[in-house]
This record gives sequence, C-alpha cells and structure tokens, in this order.
Amino acid sequence: MENQFIFTLLILLLPLASFLFLGLAGHKLSHKAAGLVGTSVLGVVAVLSYYTAFQYFSMPRVDGVYQALVPINVTWLPLGELHFDMGILLDPISVVMLIVISTVSLMVHIYSFGYMHGERGFQRYYAFLSLFTMSMLGLVVATNIFQMYLFWELVGVSSYLLIGFFYTLKAAIAASKKAFIVTRFADMFFLIGILIYGFYAKTFSFDFVDAENARNIAGAAFILPTALFLMFVGGAGKSAMFPLHIWLPDAMEGPTPVSALIHAATMVVAGVYQVARMFPLWIQYAPDTLHVVAWVGAFTAFYAAAVACAQTDIKRVLAFSTISQIAFMMVALGVCTEMVTGHEHHGSLGYMASMFHLFTHAMFKATLFLCAGCLIHAVHSNDMSMMGGMRKYMPITHWTFLIACLAISGIPPFSGFFSKDEILSASFAYSPWMGWIMTGIAAMTAFYMFRLYYGIFWGTENKEHHEAHVPHECEWTMTFPLIFLTLITCVAGFIPFGKLVSADGMSYDFLAHFDWMLGAKSCAIALVSIALATYIYKGEKQPVAEKMKAAAPRLHQWAYKRFYLDEVYQYVTHQIIFKYISKPLAWFDRHIIDGFFNFLAWGTHELGFNIRGFQSGAIQKYAFIFFLGAIIILFIMIL
Amino acid sequence: MDYSQFLYMTEELSLLLVILLVFLADLFLCREPKEGEQLEPSAKSPIAWVVLCLFTVHTLVNLLPCLNGSMEVTSAFGGMYQHSAMMTVVKSVLNVGTLVVFLMAGGWLSRPENQVKRGEFYLITLFTLLGMYLMISSGHFLMFFIGLEMASVPMAALVAFDKYRYESAEAGAKFVLLAIFSSGLLLYGISLIYGATGTLYFDLIGAQLSSRSLMSLVGLTFFLSGMGFKISLVPFHLWTADTYQGAPTIVTSYLSVISKGSAAFVLFTVLTKAFGASDLASEWNRALFWIIIASITIANLFAIQQQNLKRFMAFSAISQAGYLVLGVMGGTAQGQTALVYYLLVYMVANLGAFAVINVIEQQSGKIRIDDYDGLYNTNPKLSFLMTLCLFSLAGIPPFAGMFSKFFIFMAAFNAGYQWLVLIALINTVLSLYYYLLIVKAMYIKKNESPIATFRSDNGTRAALVICTIGVVLFGIMGVCYSYIDSLSVL
Repeated sequence: MENQFIFTLLILLLPLASFLFLGLAGHKLSHKAAGLVGTSVLGVVAVLSYYTAFQYFSMPRVDGVYQALVPINVTWLPLGELHFDMGILLDPISVVMLIVISTVSLMVHIYSFGYMHGERGFQRYYAFLSLFTMSMLGLVVATNIFQMYLFWELVGVSSYLLIGFFYTLKAAIAASKKAFIVTRFADMFFLIGILIYGFYAKTFSFDFVDAENARNIAGAAFILPTALFLMFVGGAGKSAMFPLHIWLPDAMEGPTPVSALIHAATMVVAGVYQVARMFPLWIQYAPDTLHVVAWVGAFTAFYAAAVACAQTDIKRVLAFSTISQIAFMMVALGVCTEMVTGHEHHGSLGYMASMFHLFTHAMFKATLFLCAGCLIHAVHSNDMSMMGGMRKYMPITHWTFLIACLAISGIPPFSGFFSKDEILSASFAYSPWMGWIMTGIAAMTAFYMFRLYYGIFWGTENKEHHEAHVPHECEWTMTFPLIFLTLITCVAGFIPFGKLVSADGMSYDFLAHFDWMLGAKSCAIALVSIALATYIYKGEKQPVAEKMKAAAPRLHQWAYKRFYLDEVYQYVTHQIIFKYISKPLAWFDRHIIDGFFNFLAWGTHELGFNIRGFQSGAIQKYAFIFFLGAIIILFIMIL
Repeated sequence: MDYSQFLYMTEELSLLLVILLVFLADLFLCREPKEGEQLEPSAKSPIAWVVLCLFTVHTLVNLLPCLNGSMEVTSAFGGMYQHSAMMTVVKSVLNVGTLVVFLMAGGWLSRPENQVKRGEFYLITLFTLLGMYLMISSGHFLMFFIGLEMASVPMAALVAFDKYRYESAEAGAKFVLLAIFSSGLLLYGISLIYGATGTLYFDLIGAQLSSRSLMSLVGLTFFLSGMGFKISLVPFHLWTADTYQGAPTIVTSYLSVISKGSAAFVLFTVLTKAFGASDLASEWNRALFWIIIASITIANLFAIQQQNLKRFMAFSAISQAGYLVLGVMGGTAQGQTALVYYLLVYMVANLGAFAVINVIEQQSGKIRIDDYDGLYNTNPKLSFLMTLCLFSLAGIPPFAGMFSKFFIFMAAFNAGYQWLVLIALINTVLSLYYYLLIVKAMYIKKNESPIATFRSDNGTRAALVICTIGVVLFGIMGVCYSYIDSLSVL
C-alpha cells in the first residue's frame, strides 16, 4: 500500500531541482525559458498532487478511517533514543494541503509571467518561488515535528527572500527584515516547545497511535500544555495572530503574486496546520489551553476586521482580511471539545470546519490578491483613491473580484458560505458568546470587503489619473488564473469535505451538522452588511462615509493607524529594549568583551611570537621537546 | 596451515595485486629519457591511467562487501590479523582519500623533473597504504609495528620526492630522523608492555595488566608518544610544520589526512582493546585530555601567525587531529563512530583545500596567503570551492564539518568530558577566525596583480568534484553517520 506512494518523493524533489537549476544556471537562460522551466515543473507537481489525492481518497478505509501512510521515513540524525527523521506522511489533511499548495502555486507561476514581465531578476524570482513551494510541501508532509520545524524555517527564509525581492526599494528591505525577525522571534518559542516536548515525550513523531509513543506521551502529560502552547506561539507568528501579526501588512511590499501565494494562501496558514497536526494531543492533554487559542483567535479576527474597515491601500485591506480569516480557522480549532465525530457530537466539528475554510479561503483569497495585482498592474498604484469606476476597464477582474467578495462574505452558493457556516456552528456549539462574536465579525467582513469592492470598481473615479493612463484588462496569463480559481470558488462548497477530513477520521455527512436556521441568519446578516456598504460607498459621492468619518474622527484615525500597534512596538523596542537593555549591553560588549578579546589577540600574538623558538627547525631541539613531552605525560599519568 | 585464512585479507591482497600490476606496468610503460634529452611537461601518461583504473577497481571491490558487511570480528593467523566491518569502512575511507590524492597528483607529476618518477610515486604511496592497512587490522603489537614502519619509512621517501629541491630534501631528512626517534621510543614502550604483561596480543594485555606498575605506565607513555608523532599531536608535533612546508604539496595532503587518520583509528583500537578495561583507562584518558587541549589550543595559536599556506594547513591539521582524538576519549562505541565519521568529513574538506592550494602552486608557484588576495575576481569557481572546504573545516552549518564536530563533541560529552568539550568549542570559534582570513583574502582584499585566470587540469577538477560532493552531502545525508554507527562495535 505504501509502496505505491513512493512517487510522492518527486513532489518534493522536482521543485528542489528546479530551484537549484534556476538558482545556479538561471542567469544563462532567457526570462521566458526560466519561467517555463519553473512553471512546467510546478505543473508536474500539481498533477502528481492531484494523482496522490485521487489515489489516497480512493483507497479502502480501515475501520471507517483513511489510514495515515508513511511511504518514506529515514532516520536523519540519530541522537540516542531520540532521532530526527525525514519522511513523507500522507493523511487526509496533508493530502488536502498538497492540493491547495500546488494549485495556488501553479496559478501564481502562470500569473507571474505577465505580472513580473521584464523585471530584473526574473529567473531569481522563479528560483525563489520553487524554493518556497518545495519548503511548503515539505512542511505539510512532515512525519515529525522536527522535520516540520526545519521546513518551517525554510519557508520563512523563502518568504524573506521574496518580500525583499525588489531589493532596491527601502520599504521592501525593511518589510522583509521585519517579517523575518518577528516570525523568527516566534519560532524561538516553537523550538523551545519542540525541545521540551522531545525531552519529555521521547519522540518527535506525529504517530500518536503507536503504542510506545502513546505511552511516552502519556508520561509527559504534565508538561504537554506548556509545550503545545509554546509551539502555538511559533504558529501564531507565522499565522499572524495578535500581537505577532505586525509583519504581515508590511509584507505586502513583496510582488503581489507572492502575497497571493505566501501571505494569503499557504505559508500563513502553517500555524493553523500545526495546531491541526498536534490536535489529538491538544484535545486529550490540553483542552483548556486550546480554548485560550480560540480566544486569541477571536480577538485577532475582530481586531483585524476593525482595522480593515479603515485602510485605503487595497493590499493592506486584503492583508488584514487575511489575518482575520486565519483567525477564524484558529477559532474553529480552538472551540473543539472532543475527538469523536458523529451526529450528536458537535464538539469536533471545528476541526473539519477549520480545514475546510483553509481550503476555500486559499482559493478565494488568492483570487482577490491576484485581482489586486491586475489592478495595480493597470493603474500603477496600491491606493484606492487612484481607482474607482474600474469595472468599465477591467471586466474579468471585476467579475472574479465580485465572486470572491461574495464568497468571503458568506453568500451561497459560493464556497465561503459553507466553510464559514461550519465555523459559526462550531462556535455556537462551544458557547453562544463565541458564536455571536464570530457572527458579528463575519458581518464586518462582508462590510469591509464590499467597501473595498465599491471603492475600486464603483465610487469616485480618479478621472485625471485614468485619462493620463487608460487602464486596460491584463493579458491572458494573468486573467486565466483568476478565472480558474474563481471556478473552484464557485464549486468548492459542494465538496463533501466531512467525508474526507474529520477529527477522528470517520466519515460523516456534514449536512447533519448544518444548521439551516443559522445559515439563513448569517446569510441575512451578510446581506445587510453588503447593503449597508452599497448604501455608503456605491455612489459617485459618499456623503455618509464623510459624515461617519467626521462623527468619529478619533476612532477612524485609530483604526487607520492600526490602533498604533506598530508605534507601540517601535516604542518598546527602541525606547525600552534598545535604550535600557541594548545600549548598556553594547557598551559592555565594546569595552569589556572587545577589550578582553583584543587583549587575548594581543596576548596570542605575543605568545605566538615568543614561542616561535620551539619551531626553530633545529632537529635536536625537536627530539628534546618530544622526549620532554613524553616525560610530562608520564607524570600526568602517575599523578 | 590453513590457507583459507588468507580470504579474510581480501583488502590487503587486492591492494598487493594492484601494487604488483602497477610495478609491472611501470617497467614497460615508463620511458627513460635519452642522454641529454630535454623533457617537455606532458599530461599524457599511461601509467597514471593504469593506476587510476586499477585503484578505482580496488576501491569499489572493497566497498561492495562493506555495504552488507557482517558485524562479527574475525581473526586470522592466531589472532595477529583481525578483521571487522568497521575496519573495512576505515580502509575504504582511506582508499577514497588516496584516489583523490592520485587525481590531484597528475599536474605535479607531469613536470619534466618528475616524469621519470611517476610510477615510483604511485608505488611508494601504495606501499604506505598497505602498511596502514596492516596497522589497522593488527591484533598484535608486532604486527602493528611492522605496519607502522611500512607506512612511515616509504613516507620519508615521499616527503623527499623532489630530491633536488633543497626544502624537500631537508623535510625528508627531518621526517625520517624524528620518525626513527619516535619508532625507537615506541618499540621500547612495546617491550616494556611485554615485560609487564608477558604478551603482545591486544586482547590478552588487558587481562594481564592487573595493577598500574611503573613499567606498564612508561610503556603506555612511549606508545602514546609514538602514536602522537604519527597523528601529530602536541608536544610531538614539531616535525609537522617543517615537513608539511617542505614536502611536495601532494605528499603534504596525503600526510595530513591518510596517514593521520589511519593512526588515529589505530590509537582508538589499541587503547580500547589493550588498555580499555584495565586500571590504566583513567590514566590514558587523563593524558589524552591534556594532549587534546594542548594540540587544539597551541595549534590554533600558531595557525593565526602563519603566512605560508602549507604551514598554515599544518597547524590546522594539528588542531583537527586534536578534535579527531576527542573520539578516543572514554573509548565508547559512539566515540568510534564519531571518529570514523569525523575522519571521512575532514578528509574530503582537507583534500579539497589542498587540491586548490596545489593547483595554484603548480600554475603560479604562489603559496602565501596574501598571494590569494583577489583570487575571487580571477578564479571565482576555485575560490568558491576553497570557501566551502574551509567552512566545512571550521564547522559552519550546513556543511559536513558541522555535523562531524557535533557528533564528536556529543560522544565526548556523553563519555563525561564536558569541560574538554567546552574548551574544544571555544577553540572552534578561534579556528573560525583563521579559516576566514583566507576567505577574506580571496573575496574582500584588493590586489593589483592577482593570480591570473587559469584552467585546472582534469584530475584536479575530478578531485574537487568528489570533495565538494562530500562536503555538501556527507552532512545532510544522515545515512552516512547512521551506517557507520550501525557497524560500530568495541
């Protein structure tokens, strides 16, 4: 059974080969050739991923569960009883992730042909895309937490490289550094969590079913909440949970397709994926801590939605929307209370809902970002004030954007409706409070998304700018991915996801959990929000919006400035850490440590100069020292 | 007599066969120059091809059984000769190293003054290798001593190979004199051990050493100093710098890796087999403790001072030998694995560095560190490969050197020598400084007249490819370590 999946190794090796090839020999290729190499490799990877998914889900179930398969697992570093392994794990969630990653990555590869056309370093761009894809795929198929961590860091590096791709722009460099430092800071906790976990549980493996592992893990039960929470902090850094979210909006300085791939669809959900991976342990050993995760998620979702309502940079709106939506997935995992699935068990619904939303969100958020890329390509600006009335110029972008907006707002029959409704059901099952809060945030989502939509495609047109440079629809390489992803968004809601992915692996009909009343309610609330946004933002002039801004200037300003959180970070790092901790340390470093080493260097040099006599070249002397050394060793041994 | 015992000696026999064939080939293929004829440098040399082919076959043949080798230790000839899968691995490592050296040697041997001596070089080198084989497989002190001498006497001839060059001749003389001195002491030590125990079999000595008598301690000391000379540990290292500098670069590289590595492995075997279980264990551990600290630290201090690259590499090799011997501490199975793995990784990195040094010396005659200023501008590929090798030597991740250092530190740490590991770690930082000096010279420093761009000969290229693959892959492919680990028995 497992042997037939050996080919999955190619899914990792092909992008790696393409990275090495483009990285080492790319500069000798033309732009077109380099792009074709990268894209065709990704095409093969996507086909292999689909084939894997098909084969995997058409396997017979054992006891009603899809078996986790490990086609390859080799011990990489043996360390006594612990060992670091490298391998490939196929189970429902990793297979679903393979599809998400390879699909979005392939679309982004195609899209970049048009978007990055003629850019300097085009080959380097494709090399980095391959590196990223390889690392992300390696992350999801990891057989153990340590392998996951290695690829996790590789993903971080490729994100850093791609955000800072336009390395001549100061803002891009600052953003890439910020992203790297913030996520790296969080990863430190992840590593500590892994080490604590490994030390007590004596295993890194994800195979929690294995009898010996289960016994060892049970022995470490007292420390598991701490270890898991530390790992979650790492996940919170990557998935931009409050207060570690500050890097994501800045990361939008990278090329837009990169934002679509890394900072909307794949890398930023790594934290969610990590929690889902360790889910059996969370439920069994740390349910209370898991609910803390849920509340962190809920606050993040609210905060990001509030900020998104006031931004004017279209990519920033989408970035905050991403933060908010990922928080939805976190909440869905956090509200789980049990592993067992079945008709009367709502406590495990969140797991499936989270993975479902991850899947649908990846598709429609990638669409939104790619649309944003088309718009930026057309008007050469990120700012809403440069747009308005764009529907006349860019019909394809307009329609795909609208459908994606409807999906994210939760309007049936688009995919977002189904997945978001599952999350709301799960939240209500946990506590009505959580349910209503999340419903409220869903309403905010619909509002800010349509504010964005009207701001771009209707509203006040910036005629002056558009006359100077008439916007036009993009070429087919850019519109094709939009249409493809939109089609997925239209049909993905009808995938029987509950049959494929669930907390304990048992198949269930998700309609059994589907609360039609709740669906109708949330749909109605979304429609009201959209109507409100239409009323405020659709017209040529927006008197209501102006009035609202005037009525609560403080609130608007605060939301626009993202509640000054960046300033708080700046203050804490510059005024407190740098001034009171780093400066004295720097002084100590410069005067005491450097002084010591300068002394050491001087001493070494002097000593070296003085003992040169030993190395005189006189052979009698050598023999003498040789013999003397033997005598000294004899004394050492006797004493 | 049971002649089937010879079957255990397949490695030695196949090497001997290679030697005989090379000897015959040398008789017929080498062309003596006529009286007064001026020889041109020529790359064409049938003998080199013969040697490379034969030796490659020999390496592969001995590598194959080692891949499914059994764990048991077999002994032949009444226990004089011993054989285990681990020994086969070590011999294979030495084979690969020697092969790389042979690949590198092409350019140097095609010089006019060396052309007639081509076959000689290969023969002598192979004879030293045979000596090392016997040393590794010995189960008796006499066998060990014969192997040791077989490896060191021809070595002196190699060091003085450029006999008309003053430095080479001088280095050879120094080497042979000190080698004789150390061998004398070593032999005296062996006789004292015989006096104390009445036997020279490694396996039997341990049982006979009931108490730590002065006689056995002196014997052990002389044994340690003799081995210290071969591995070039402080304070028996003084010959190293002069010899390394004077010897032809190819020979230096051979000395620094093959000769040193085999001796370190033998040191481990003898100490654990003969003196491991006895009361003397804590004594030799204490002695090695100080020897290692002295080797690593003093060599680092000297290395910082050097301007001549070959001299620099000599001190680097002394300090690396200190790390290598860390694996001997405690005499654990983990230490043995770490030692062999360290040897493998050190071998590829060091030979890679020497390949670059050698080819540059052959092309331009330049050997000082400041000659390398601005090398990156003229020979970017060579500089890059040199950098990889130096990074690996310094132990920078993700190159193999970092993994080998990690494992050898872990072995010593688990054996209970935490302080020693700490000192070694501090020295690793120091060593980083001087390795990076070369990188800095190549990449950052400006030079009015850098070494001109040139094309390396094919042998050197092949050697560099092998070394680079090793430097990059031996670390991240955990299989290498776990394979060696699976064979490690005491």
